[in-house]
Amino acid sequence: MNNLEIVKAGLNKRYAKERRFKFYGIFSISLSLLFLFFLLFDIGAKSIPAFTQTYINLDIEFDKKSMKLQDQDSYSEETLFSASYSKLGRNALYKLFPEVTERKQKKALRQMLSSGARYDLRDAVLENNDYVGTTQNLWVLAGDDIDAFVKGLIDRNIPEADRRVKDYQVKWVDILEAQNKIERRFNINFFTSGDSREPEQAGILGALKGSFYTMLVTLLLSFPIAVSAAIYLEEFAPKNNWWIDIIEININNLAAVPSIVFGILGLAVYINVFGVPRSAPLVGGLVLTLMTLPTIIISTRAALKSVPPSIREAALSIGASKMQVITHHVLPLAMPGILTGSIIGMAQALGETAPLLMIGMVAFVADIPQSILDPATVLPVQVFIWSDSPERGFIALTSAAIVTLLVFLFFMNLIAIVLRKKFETRW
Amino acid sequence: MEISDNMDLDQEISKTVGSPLLESKVRIACRDVNVFYNKNVQAIFNVNLDIGKNQILAMIGPSGCGKSTLLRCFNRMNDTIEDCVVDGLIELDGENIHSKKIDPVVLRANVGMVFQKPNPFPKSIYDNVAYGPRLHGLTQNNSELDDIVEESLTKAGLWKETKDRLNKPGTGLSGGQQQRLCIARAIAVKPEVILMDEPTSALDPIATATIEELMSELKSAYTIVIVTHSMQQAARISDRTAYFHLGRLVEVDETGHIFTNPNHSLTENYITGRFG
Repeated sequence: MNNLEIVKAGLNKRYAKERRFKFYGIFSISLSLLFLFFLLFDIGAKSIPAFTQTYINLDIEFDKKSMKLQDQDSYSEETLFSASYSKLGRNALYKLFPEVTERKQKKALRQMLSSGARYDLRDAVLENNDYVGTTQNLWVLAGDDIDAFVKGLIDRNIPEADRRVKDYQVKWVDILEAQNKIERRFNINFFTSGDSREPEQAGILGALKGSFYTMLVTLLLSFPIAVSAAIYLEEFAPKNNWWIDIIEININNLAAVPSIVFGILGLAVYINVFGVPRSAPLVGGLVLTLMTLPTIIISTRAALKSVPPSIREAALSIGASKMQVITHHVLPLAMPGILTGSIIGMAQALGETAPLLMIGMVAFVADIPQSILDPATVLPVQVFIWSDSPERGFIALTSAAIVTLLVFLFFMNLIAIVLRKKFETRW
Repeated sequence: MEISDNMDLDQEISKTVGSPLLESKVRIACRDVNVFYNKNVQAIFNVNLDIGKNQILAMIGPSGCGKSTLLRCFNRMNDTIEDCVVDGLIELDGENIHSKKIDPVVLRANVGMVFQKPNPFPKSIYDNVAYGPRLHGLTQNNSELDDIVEESLTKAGLWKETKDRLNKPGTGLSGGQQQRLCIARAIAVKPEVILMDEPTSALDPIATATIEELMSELKSAYTIVIVTHSMQQAARISDRTAYFHLGRLVEVDETGHIFTNPNHSLTENYITGRFG
């Protein structure tokens, strides 16, 4: 057999190997795509109910007596704010169903409306002061059980004893539906309110703003610190120096430290020593900065290293100083890599819950944070809190919060990709 | 070619080195230059060499003989290499380039360099040439800068080809054009000396011819030191030729003399192609 024949004989085997490898690749890509689609589809489908909310149309009589207002022609803002609105919704319901007299049934009728309905009515009066003393046709937020029933999450065919919605409530809903007085509307509440114990009143805005502020602090601190550290280590630090070697080893180790350890550190140092306000995005951002630093440092160093030495030599030989070489040539060329590393670090930080446990960001915060010093929670923590809540409405809210988290992440990535493209198109 | 002992080589060289020093019109002067890497590896041994004004000096020799290392001493590019120590005296126009008074930035503005591989910046052709003048603040306004760019590109023989595409990336040019762009970039800051480290080794013969022609023209205004692996190139363009071997300057003289009547057998073997 001559050489050519030997080569030919082995050819099939070689190609078979190649085909096998291609198959493995395609198989693993399909599998991961399948998982991804399953995940997105499941979360997406579960989150849909959270984006609508059931409202009941009622003729609300704003009578001064039930509002506990004195008989006057006009009222100051404070008086209207502190007036009682709790009876208005139920009175309207009693009027709609006058046949209900039994105490237990009356209570069930009251529960048709959300306990938060009174605040909506208050806001309506504050907006239109002349409502007082009149009767207005308004859409009022329904209670979470009714909401779940209207959305089909509670089956009317299961025995009444196992059902959160009683038979007479089902009857009332049917009556209201027949009169077109019950309706699912877009859940604007979800995007404009903070957390609540009642699922129909709970919103994501608090956590969203908390995440935004936390990420802002993290980015503003970690990006400049990490990039400067990487530039010093890569471009200025003496090579073969044991002191620098120790720093390098420590940075690499820092990347592998479990994130909860950073939380303990944050509690001990930032909160106990420096007195940074607990639960605030500032302290969350500080802790996440520690976590993000090594990721950005390592990727920035890799990006700086990959800039061809010929570019540095070219600039040096014309008479650029070291700093000019870096700012004019090396950094712009390394920027895409630096941004990629930063976005990986930021995405990690965005999804982090464990270190925030320690610094009090895993708390029920109903108020929407207005600055980096207000108590706040973040999106992944909100997901955790809602998934832990027993009410049925929180199932959909949990998925909706995850969707919000993913959309947030998507926009963060989008910004990074746009910036990266901008730097890459410089040839 | 066997060398029994480097001591012997050093002794031989002292007899064969030719005429390393010039009597007048000296631009660069090297006296007892030694270069070390990592403290114990010596790359250059006791080089004494003068480079004259408006001359082209070609440095030839086998790979690893130290000619590029010596070239990079002239603009202190070796400073950027960790653990590289340059010992001895190197003078540019009578001034020690290692003295505290001389800043490497100023020195490099005065001693331009062109590298083996064309290395234009990933910027436009205009920005490539304008980089040096902008960096050193050589111009008052944009029209002056435009003039410098045009002048440099014209000198580098690239103006006709690129005047309509100054805003196109410099990296989009052909290899020969890129190298000429690098030359234009180097002469835009009006240096006295241009160092060229195998500038045509990555180019085809036509591009090489263009650049050689360019060097002969540039000679009237600049001092050029070129490292080359091509004997023909050294013979064609240089006024003086220096042959290096194992970090030693074996022989240096008028190019005609080196190529017709070398003193040392190493030089002869190298230029006739029997070695190297």
